[in-house]
Amino acid sequence: MEKNNNKGWLYLLPAIAFLGLFMVYPLIDVSIYSIEEGYNSASQSFFGVGLYNYSYVLHDPYFLQALKNTFILVAITVPVSTSIALLISLGLNSITKLKVMYQTIFFLPYVTNTLAVGLVFMILFNKTAYTDGFANLIINYFGGSSVDFINGPYWAKMFVLCFYTVWVVMPFKVLTLTSALASVNQQYYDAAKIDSASKLRTFTKITLPMISPIVFYLVITGFIGAFKAYGDAVALFGTDLNAAEMNTIVGYICDMLYGNSGGYPSYASAGAIILFVIVLTITCLNLLISKKHVYY
Amino acid sequence: MANQSSFEKLNKTANAKKKAANAIIYALLSFWAVMILFPFYWMLLTSIKSYSSYNSEFKPMLYTLKPTIDNYKLAFTAVPLSRYFMNTLIFTISATSLMLAITVFSAYAFAKLNFKGKSFAFTLFLALMMIPNELVIVTNFVTITNLGMRNTYLGLVLPSIASVFYIYLLKENFEQIPAELYYAAKVDGTSDLAYLFKVMIPICKPTIFTIAILKAIECWNSYVWPRLITDDANYFVVSNGIQEIRENGFGRENIPAMMAAVVVISVPLIILYFIFRKSIMEGVAHGGTKG
Repeated sequence: MEKNNNKGWLYLLPAIAFLGLFMVYPLIDVSIYSIEEGYNSASQSFFGVGLYNYSYVLHDPYFLQALKNTFILVAITVPVSTSIALLISLGLNSITKLKVMYQTIFFLPYVTNTLAVGLVFMILFNKTAYTDGFANLIINYFGGSSVDFINGPYWAKMFVLCFYTVWVVMPFKVLTLTSALASVNQQYYDAAKIDSASKLRTFTKITLPMISPIVFYLVITGFIGAFKAYGDAVALFGTDLNAAEMNTIVGYICDMLYGNSGGYPSYASAGAIILFVIVLTITCLNLLISKKHVYY
Repeated sequence: MANQSSFEKLNKTANAKKKAANAIIYALLSFWAVMILFPFYWMLLTSIKSYSSYNSEFKPMLYTLKPTIDNYKLAFTAVPLSRYFMNTLIFTISATSLMLAITVFSAYAFAKLNFKGKSFAFTLFLALMMIPNELVIVTNFVTITNLGMRNTYLGLVLPSIASVFYIYLLKENFEQIPAELYYAAKVDGTSDLAYLFKVMIPICKPTIFTIAILKAIECWNSYVWPRLITDDANYFVVSNGIQEIRENGFGRENIPAMMAAVVVISVPLIILYFIFRKSIMEGVAHGGTKG
């Protein structure tokens, strides 16, 4: 095995070339972009080096709106989707009949195009001059008055966005939690039964600690995924998210790069780095908290 | 006698409790199943309503008595849906196959070959896993633009074909193959390359297949990169294509025709899912990311 000394690098060459060009170089480049002030993409020149781009982005009302939207989205969808997924997985794990059928259905959103199915949610919640929308049918049935969820008040729009996001992220969580629950050693439950421990006690003292690493993993990936939200918002509210007050951080970065308000790679870079710092901070905080509550 | 009846009573209440609990569980699961399935039902239903009947229902109807397939005809004639479809197919197939080639070679190098700096290179690769796509998208956009590859398939495909995560996944699988096989092949005079193609790949077929499916799903559903890199409708994939259809597709807001397009876009992956359900779910449980 010692003979093929450099052949290994040859095998790695394509991966290194592409990772270098599209991962490592951009990483350095994006940091440089973000501190070049007054960069002009036509002449490729800039005035000086400093933190102006960051200050511009942080004072841009569109970015602040995007920041606010993303934080609300994260704060609502991560706990909601994780707890519903836990509930469903517990249910799935305690049945035998029809289990495969339910699992198959629950996983369906994973294989659908977020943009396409988002349009279905859009028309379910939309209220136009011609139609009241299905959601309003239900609201009216329970005696409420119709709300325009797509072009209406901020909280109605945020509700739809959160609802759709939860719908989209659920399959992955249910699948992961179901397999985690199934892998808990049956002996623990048998022991608890002999001690006639209550269901609740069995859950909090055995099930939860045993699956805590997976729950924690889901929370982290949930945070990261929700911070990158963009496609779902586009599907619901169209490409001009700034006008709809529903932009997200990634949406802001894309808009800055290209589109009607585009052509500012410096601002986009600053936005991307801010996003990265936020995600990194949250992940580190999660790791710190988990040390206390997660049993490995 | 009295003892026995009290035992029976206990047993009965326990059974009743269990039945009640089961009923609640099934109700909960069914409720969520309806939540999942309803949007699919709604898109099918709307896609077979005619334009006039859809717009005359101020309160939407939950069924239709006059199904029509006109919307599907419209979806393929009034907007370039088949064009978007072909683009997505080309994008998905080329990105997946290129990614597989790169992944197989790199995973093989890490798993079975010995060379200077291997562990260092592997550590660097793992470190790259932490870098979110959104961070590098800015420069990649500029790079592709400068290379003149906007609105080309190459520009769509190239940035995403080297995936550290899949390399890692396949390397783990490759490593499970006993080294004795490698030595035996060496004794027989098999080259490293032939060993890779004749032994490793056939043995690890399931994992390679899973990676391919995961990547294909990812490509079919990707939106951010195609949106940035294409502004010529001839190169739109289904994700930004459907958005284009929504914003300036069928003239007036023709929701039923739009839903027909949505159905057409959703069907291929759903069929793929029903055929390969097991390996897709296992693959996602191992290395899914969308969540």
